[in-house]
Amino acid sequence: MSKYMNKHLLDEASWKWDEKLVLQAWRLLNLIREFEEKSIEMYKAGLMGGSLHSYIGQEAVAAGMGMVMEPQDYMTMTYRGRGQALAKGADPYRLFAEMMGRADGYCQGKGGPMHIASSELGILGANGIVGAGIPIAVGAAFTSKLKKQQRVSVTFFGDGATNQGAFHEGLNLAAVFKLPVVFVCENNLYSEMTPIKDSLLNEHIAERGAAYRIPSVIVDGNDIRAVHEVGQEAMARARAGGGPTFIEAKTYRLVGHMFGDSESYRERAEVERWRQKEPLIQFKELCLNLNLLPEETLSAVTEEIRNQIGDAYELARKASEPELEEIFTHVY
Amino acid sequence: MSTDRLISYSEAINEALQEEMRRDADIVLMGEDIGSYGGVFKVTKGLYSEFGAERVIDTPISETGFIGAGVGAAMTGLIPIIEIMWIDFTLVALDQIVNQAAKLKYMSGGQTSIPLVIRTQGGGGRGNGAQHSQSLETIFAHIPGLKVVAPSTPYDAKGLLKTAVREGSPVIFIEHKMLYNQKGHVPLESYTIPLGQSDVKRRGKDVTLVSLSRMVLFSLEAAELLSQEGIEVEVIDLRTLVPLDLAAVIQSVKQTHRVVIVHEATGAYGWGAEISARIQEEAFDELDAPIVRVTAEDTPVPYNLNLEKEMLPQVKDIVNAIRKSIQ
Repeated sequence: MSKYMNKHLLDEASWKWDEKLVLQAWRLLNLIREFEEKSIEMYKAGLMGGSLHSYIGQEAVAAGMGMVMEPQDYMTMTYRGRGQALAKGADPYRLFAEMMGRADGYCQGKGGPMHIASSELGILGANGIVGAGIPIAVGAAFTSKLKKQQRVSVTFFGDGATNQGAFHEGLNLAAVFKLPVVFVCENNLYSEMTPIKDSLLNEHIAERGAAYRIPSVIVDGNDIRAVHEVGQEAMARARAGGGPTFIEAKTYRLVGHMFGDSESYRERAEVERWRQKEPLIQFKELCLNLNLLPEETLSAVTEEIRNQIGDAYELARKASEPELEEIFTHVY
Repeated sequence: MSTDRLISYSEAINEALQEEMRRDADIVLMGEDIGSYGGVFKVTKGLYSEFGAERVIDTPISETGFIGAGVGAAMTGLIPIIEIMWIDFTLVALDQIVNQAAKLKYMSGGQTSIPLVIRTQGGGGRGNGAQHSQSLETIFAHIPGLKVVAPSTPYDAKGLLKTAVREGSPVIFIEHKMLYNQKGHVPLESYTIPLGQSDVKRRGKDVTLVSLSRMVLFSLEAAELLSQEGIEVEVIDLRTLVPLDLAAVIQSVKQTHRVVIVHEATGAYGWGAEISARIQEEAFDELDAPIVRVTAEDTPVPYNLNLEKEMLPQVKDIVNAIRKSIQ
């Protein structure tokens, strides 16, 4: 194994979070899950255009990184990116409104689900082009370094993006210029409908980070504690001027690439196996086994968030459509 | 009092870069071999020694990567001026230009802006072959969100580049490789030229000729030749395709009632067709003759110099087109 690559192993014996962190993690996981479940309901109700790319199953990656990002940090993500937006502090109401194309949406209804952006939250944008957000995040890190701002760029992308030129060019630039970037590859085993093993020969995608001499780590992307731990180290390295880090978070998308995907490319049994170790179940069991939080508290949080998401959704349904004149604003 | 001097097109661009970088510390240059080497056309000569490696950045040969990085840097407070050595290489990075730079302001509902200039050079005339000689301005002019500039003189190049840098949105600034050594009058005093303002390079009452970049020089030669026969051609240099100064063209057409459009880009679906359509939409009754286009042949640019010359518009082609228009 390259000296630039390692496999992260959580030290169960020494692992410890205070109650505040445990609650934060549980809240974030639930926030994303409930939002994604509600999004499916919204899509089925015909309230949004285009396609819906659900994040269900991968929540621990966004949530774990969300716990270590600072408000001033930059972020780019993909068309599957509402989870990361929520982890960065996005308002569910404005996300739903954007997905429904309403004037109150983050992009005034002109971006849609694939293009969530928020300048106040440092969200430079989700992207509809696979891999395209990577060099953009690198550029933001360039600004941060030149202006000595200590703002870190975090860029989320899937396994499929690692076959794009933009990925390789972005990694190389960040390595050569030693930029404060954290590359987070969410390896959910499928690039759209094609198994990633049919698209690259590397055993681990982290090898590709290591090839550019970027410290690269393989982590259990379904364990929020593990993501948090490697994320924390990566953010600290970037902030201290130590350059980029590559994180390969091994995870699994429990639903189709987009709503309506026949999923003919995988066995139900495989999905069921992964469902046993999905991030919310894993974390809940941990909380109960280690007596971190009682069942009632966990359920109360879920219930509270479910209501919050329900309220945001209902409010967004009533939000206004943008004025027709908006077609012509913000072009140049 | 204006202190006029003759400097070259490349020197004029160099001065614009230097003056703007002195004015605004957020401006950075990115590109291949632009640092201590000064760029293959020497346009960035001396800037590395004045502004250092932090602001004059030699990048890997990685157009998608560093145009994308330029987009990200532009979104976060810098004003990158990116040199793409040959316009043909922009095609490698069209996603970052067309899907990202041109659309991010719109898609974000105006939350972000992309103050980014892509400086590049195009055109044929020196046997660089099909992948180093194209005129691709139409591709960019077709994309909402991009402004397109293509100056013909040192004076215009300097004034337009200074404006492009301050524009606050993506500008594709297309230089012409055959113009770099052309000299022209450039005042010592600082000045800017607004985008979207054409320039009448020669007054005439008989035919309106619309052109830009190197073809303006060819058109002026043609106009001079025809002047000896008593045919007076008005040569309008558009200078920018987006924004387009259609009003000036229409105004001229109302005087001459005849139009010739000259561009070095290939003809089919080229910007000449757009100008032609817009004129007939707005001033059909003013036309006394069909609009004539002079363009490159619809082929790749051949390497052989004789073939290249035949394929690209020449002064004689422009002369013939003007004669055809006034017949």
